[in-house]
Amino acid sequence: MMNIFNYIERKSPVHAMTGASKLVCLLLWSFGAMSSFDPRYLFALFVIAVILFRISKIRVADIRFMLWFTLAFCILNNVLIFLFSPQHGTEIYGTYHEIVHIAGRYTLTWEQLLYHLNVFLKYLATIPIVLLFVTTTEPSEFASSLNRIGVNYKIAYSVSLALRYIPDIQREYHDITLSLQARGVEMSKKASLGSRLKTTSGTLVPLILSSMDRIEVISNAMELRSFGKNKKRTWYRDRKFTAWDFGAMLLGLAVLLVSIWLTSFVNGGRYYNPFV
Amino acid sequence: MKNTPVKSIVAIAIGAALFFVLGRFVAIPSPVPNTNISVQYGLLALMGAAFGPFVALVAGFIGHALIDFSYGWGIWWSWVIASAVFGFIVGVSKNHVKLATEKFDRRKIVTFNVYQVIGHVLAWIVIAPVLDIVMYAEPWNKVFLQGAVAAIANIVTTAIVGTILCAAYSAAKPKKDSLEKK
Repeated sequence: MMNIFNYIERKSPVHAMTGASKLVCLLLWSFGAMSSFDPRYLFALFVIAVILFRISKIRVADIRFMLWFTLAFCILNNVLIFLFSPQHGTEIYGTYHEIVHIAGRYTLTWEQLLYHLNVFLKYLATIPIVLLFVTTTEPSEFASSLNRIGVNYKIAYSVSLALRYIPDIQREYHDITLSLQARGVEMSKKASLGSRLKTTSGTLVPLILSSMDRIEVISNAMELRSFGKNKKRTWYRDRKFTAWDFGAMLLGLAVLLVSIWLTSFVNGGRYYNPFV
Repeated sequence: MKNTPVKSIVAIAIGAALFFVLGRFVAIPSPVPNTNISVQYGLLALMGAAFGPFVALVAGFIGHALIDFSYGWGIWWSWVIASAVFGFIVGVSKNHVKLATEKFDRRKIVTFNVYQVIGHVLAWIVIAPVLDIVMYAEPWNKVFLQGAVAAIANIVTTAIVGTILCAAYSAAKPKKDSLEKK
């Protein structure tokens, strides 16, 4: 079965860290990167992320596909922003410095360019760290780490169950489609949109009914084993924090604190404004 | 019929797993480039109608976050939260639709669809764009148009796929008066 979460096994300090500390770092990091629109800060995050990538021994070739995908998404988003709101930068920064007039209401300004640079840098600052988390954390450890950072263990357990059953459901879906195709149901691009929607629903009915039965079976099995009787539980994949783990969490905290510091003291808001 | 806590946990897990598989691999490309028809909301609507708001809320949240994770483009929290809100609202229909115990007749189909339309409108035309503006400072006309397109596509898909799934699920459950004394 294909590896959906792209976990890549290597020997590196990043792999050796616990999922919990990486998750804390990821969350703090993404909140920091999300709230600030300071290109210097975002670029610094990008540089740190690249260094972390070097440490993790994950190569660009390993994640090339995901990078292309994200790049396409990022470009599309930028194009849409410009098409819909060519003066968004002026609204944010309050000034107007024209570069070139294109046509109609489309005039390129420095403010708009800076805003697009920020949007682009936001991707650069967050994507590597998400990819790093995904490629270096085993899915089963991810669930136990959720519990570690304070998510109720029953919810953490359902994440773990979901990850456990995704490959099964995928296989079942694949089998159902093959058997439908063997019976001559057209599912390729040749069929019209409406008829494909209908045939897809036809595939979904057996898939979902069998999954509903599965819910009964699994929950009976868990109930028989007294799942959820106690307030706490232990995890098979549970490890002690090491210096690297504390380092990762401190890094995340530092990223967030710098973002807050920039927002409240240096830039006087979320935006770095060089125009006034 | 009340869910036991363990059953809710498992329903969340299987719901999230189905949501993930449908959203990630069962993509029907639409005529508009770069957008897919999201069959998974039909499934989430069924989870809501069958198991209630809490299960659908968490299943939508986990399933959507896993999809974002697996694409590696970072988690787009505003849309993840919108999926969860849709699950919650459609889940409120559970006590009116009563899939497990009563027949899914025309009146219930209408009730179910009213809930799903309200859920989608609130999720994609209110929650997602507003969060996009607050969190990512995107231009309002772009995010509202994206939201409106998503809402319309999702409403149509859920109306077709969700209704078919609910009918199939309800038909598979034995009903109170399904046995007749002769």
